[in-house]
Amino acid sequence: MSLLKITKLNVALLAAIVLPLAASAQQPQSEQGSAQPATQPAPAQQAPPAEKAAVTPSRNAPQESHIGKFTGHSESGKQLFYRYCWGCHGFRGDGNGENWLPPGSWLEPYMNIQPRNFVAGTFKCRSTPTGTLPTDQDLYNTLVRGLVNSNMPSWITLTAQNRADLIAFIKTFSPRWQTEKSGDPINVPAEPALTLNSIKHGQELFQKLECWKCHGQEGRGDGPSASTLTDSNDQPIRPYNFTTGSRFKCGVTNRDLYKIFITGVDGTPMPSFADVVKPEEAWDLVHYLRTLQVTHKSPELTLWMSTKEGAAIVSAQKITGTPTGSGIKQ
Amino acid sequence: MRHKQIITGAFLLTGVAAMSFAGPPKPAGGSVSGKVTYEGTPAKQKPIDMSKEPSCAKQYTTPPTTETVVTGPGNSLADVVVYISAGAPDEPPPSQAVTFDQKGCRYTPHVLAFQTNQELKVVNDDQTSHNIHPLAKINHEWNKSQPPGTPPLSEKFAQPEFISVKCNVHPWMHGVFSVMKNSHYAVSSRENGSFTLPNLPAGKYTVTAWHESYGTQTQDVTISGSETKSVNFVFKAKPY
Repeated sequence: MSLLKITKLNVALLAAIVLPLAASAQQPQSEQGSAQPATQPAPAQQAPPAEKAAVTPSRNAPQESHIGKFTGHSESGKQLFYRYCWGCHGFRGDGNGENWLPPGSWLEPYMNIQPRNFVAGTFKCRSTPTGTLPTDQDLYNTLVRGLVNSNMPSWITLTAQNRADLIAFIKTFSPRWQTEKSGDPINVPAEPALTLNSIKHGQELFQKLECWKCHGQEGRGDGPSASTLTDSNDQPIRPYNFTTGSRFKCGVTNRDLYKIFITGVDGTPMPSFADVVKPEEAWDLVHYLRTLQVTHKSPELTLWMSTKEGAAIVSAQKITGTPTGSGIKQ
Repeated sequence: MRHKQIITGAFLLTGVAAMSFAGPPKPAGGSVSGKVTYEGTPAKQKPIDMSKEPSCAKQYTTPPTTETVVTGPGNSLADVVVYISAGAPDEPPPSQAVTFDQKGCRYTPHVLAFQTNQELKVVNDDQTSHNIHPLAKINHEWNKSQPPGTPPLSEKFAQPEFISVKCNVHPWMHGVFSVMKNSHYAVSSRENGSFTLPNLPAGKYTVTAWHESYGTQTQDVTISGSETKSVNFVFKAKPY
């Protein structure tokens, strides 16, 4: 996998700088690559058609993004991408950057989630139904927030215009953005008042919908199916462990949790529940899930612990491992 | 076996080499008919351990096996999608829906063929939640939960593709959606590996046979008038 990647990159670099460095090109990216990708159109034109397809980083039409009052342009985003992003997300945006090596490599303990493959056009954090493209705002929010428990940091150090430009460029990798519109964001009704009944009903739903099959009865990400889960690239993936931390992959608020549950996390085993759960039920479940986050002092947890049953459950909760489940014995 | 309603489209495939037409209109034309067989030793299918899902496990006296290679008498090979890959125009979908059933923590049929934009109904007949996760590469990948007692899901796929389908909760569940661009297709039967592609006007065609483990084979045929051309496929079975 990585050999193939390096070989392909060699072709690009060789064509670009016309130097027979193949033998010593094991790590050329870090030394020469930073200036290379952004300014390499010339060799692509000289290459035969098949080669051209392989070395052109983006052969799709320019894209725009629209986030509030900002309009992003892919041509500007390209410069930023090849400065900040390609080390992980790859020269072609396929998630095969030099920082990513498949499981089994020495990097595995540090980089155990493959960077997003923008070519596939499948995105985890969306406000839109499963199987649809996210909105520009969804992608932008991910850039601002970063992805907790992964190697993806928050990019608040960039300007809003920078981020909008990057989103526009990311949309050039998959042809889906040329033929399809983003999905229609799901309707998230106002959160009903928190009550004990709501938490208890959520607890019942957790059983009925069999969330525990993956997330475990205590929400520790250690359910009976947890150890067998793989993402859509056949890489092992662990269910979210509610007992550590307060943040979710796709946000921190109750509304974010509602969205994750209803839209699903595409490309992972987490399905959408949009067709099978009523909005009020989804809110009940959100309230219950907060009580599983025993290290996060939420109103839900406080209310739950004021009951005998809730206090007993919370005090019996064992806190182990990390939120993505590593360190948990299955 | 329980593989009768592979296609609930315009045609009924009865598993016998003879063809039977159902539903109007019945245009004059020829057909392609034949059998899929294998040579060599196919991989031994493994028994599935469903002990983590007692509500399904108790439905079987002996554990069911995986279905990556399904064979029948006389070295016949079942679950091969045989279709016209070239020579026939793309067709709009029929109005009938096809049904993909989840029963006993297995998919029935294991390989379901239907047309682009044809309605696909996904039914959960089990007492457990399934998630239906078609790992589409050309079409859109989606993933939906279907708890017991919920109504069938209704879905469509816009592009021709062989899509691997799985349930993440029950990792042994694996099936195939075969999305076809015209109505000339069949899935080789579990009784004897036979198939029939009816309603083919005179012309030159490429017939392709696809098996999930053994890949594709193609043959060219020329149909004149209302003849039935015999086309057989032999796949090399690998013991792994």
